[in-house]
Amino acid sequence: MIEAKNVTKSFGDTKVLDNISVKFETGRCNLVIGQSGSGKTVLMKCLVGLFEIDEGKVIYDDKVLSRMSFDEMKMVRQDIGMLFQGSALFDSMTVEHNVMFPLAMFTDQSLEERLERANFCLSRVNLVNANKLLPAELSGGMKKRVAIARAIAMNPKYLFCDEPNSGLDPHTANVIDILIKEITEEYDMTTVINTHDMNSVIEIGDRVFYIHTGKLWWEGNKDTILDSDNPELNEFVFATKLTRKIKGL
Amino acid sequence: MTFMMHIGRYIRLMRLVFKKPEKQSIYLRQIFIEIENLGLDSLGIVIFISIFMGAVLAIQMAFNLDTPLVPVYTIGYATRQSVILEFSPTIISLILAGKVGSRVSSEIGTMRVTEQIDALEIMGINSATYLIFPKIAAVLFFNPILITISIIVANAGGWLAGSLTGMVPSAEFLLGLRAFFEAYDVFYALVKSVVFAFLIVSISGYHGYYTKGGALEVGEASTKGVVHSSIAIIVFNLILTNLLLA
Repeated sequence: MIEAKNVTKSFGDTKVLDNISVKFETGRCNLVIGQSGSGKTVLMKCLVGLFEIDEGKVIYDDKVLSRMSFDEMKMVRQDIGMLFQGSALFDSMTVEHNVMFPLAMFTDQSLEERLERANFCLSRVNLVNANKLLPAELSGGMKKRVAIARAIAMNPKYLFCDEPNSGLDPHTANVIDILIKEITEEYDMTTVINTHDMNSVIEIGDRVFYIHTGKLWWEGNKDTILDSDNPELNEFVFATKLTRKIKGL
Repeated sequence: MTFMMHIGRYIRLMRLVFKKPEKQSIYLRQIFIEIENLGLDSLGIVIFISIFMGAVLAIQMAFNLDTPLVPVYTIGYATRQSVILEFSPTIISLILAGKVGSRVSSEIGTMRVTEQIDALEIMGINSATYLIFPKIAAVLFFNPILITISIIVANAGGWLAGSLTGMVPSAEFLLGLRAFFEAYDVFYALVKSVVFAFLIVSISGYHGYYTKGGALEVGEASTKGVVHSSIAIIVFNLILTNLLLA
């Protein structure tokens, strides 16, 4: 479980996160939703320690991230897998080397063992015959799959996905969503996903947190989100003409 | 951001760069890759510039020392001394600041803006060490070799120019090259090459590592890396000359 307690973060005079307290449960897809610029990515970067928080604390099971030393944080991060918005694959490495990279860095596995693990992870994300390709030769959906394969290569306890299906067509986006859901349940990970895609919410939103103007505005799940009477949430969820008509707004 | 803030952040980055690497075998492999990228790839340009630099120096010396009061071999001697003391270590390092510095800044800057550095950090890898240390180690090892090659080639260029133009007889030039040789001069040149190599990669790496934004900012970081490392070379040239020769 990951817990954020009273997390506040400002950039200059702008308060981006305002006293956010939230618990992300293990074995479930925890979705953080909100408009662009609402603070989702900042919250995720605070959770993984890429941004230092101004106030509050982030707790991984029983370990407080914000109180860790540089070396302690490095140890915790070996339990974290992250899928970045732009995939963040190492563009000088082939697909298989991208996936093998964390294994080469932190395990004593032989090349054959690393290759076997990389092939397993790549097949798990349904990506075959792409081992020798460079990231520049991959489509957007393939890059996301490789990034997921790299994220799960070390069997992480925590998985973070920042807008995993942004820029993808609806079908591929759905495939990626289902893949993340399956992996989360299969490996009993604590998964946190940033998205503003309502299809993802309805598909995999075991827990849903709505961030608005840097505050936690609403929390629930995919079954309760459509029936909420929170006006700001409804403004976000039923943003299109079609959905507003269906909702009767 | 003020100058002192940059200095403070640079020192903090260097402390991170020289932390113990996660896995030494991987870093060793990276060092060899960087020796090829930053060192061997610069060999052609260093040889080309050194030949012409030595040739021009010899012709200028011959032109300026065209008097019966100065022995002809002085041209070879003066060319050698200029090449060893200043032209090869400083001018070649300034050229490498452009070639190597822009490469380091733009490579690391691009990795920053495409979140590849964040990805390294999330994996628990000290990104500063992983990205900058092998580059520093590679140039510290290879820059003295490049400068030594440059010294040899520049003197050869001077001899060739003197002989081909007929301004300096070959025997006189070679006599000058061997005259009053002090090994300490070469030591001084190599010390400068090591210090300048460190400045080029660490300053360019610093600008790349703290790039924010997109493609435009990567370009800016690359320019800053080249300009600031060139300025640092000029300043440290004076400091080292004062320390080692005065």
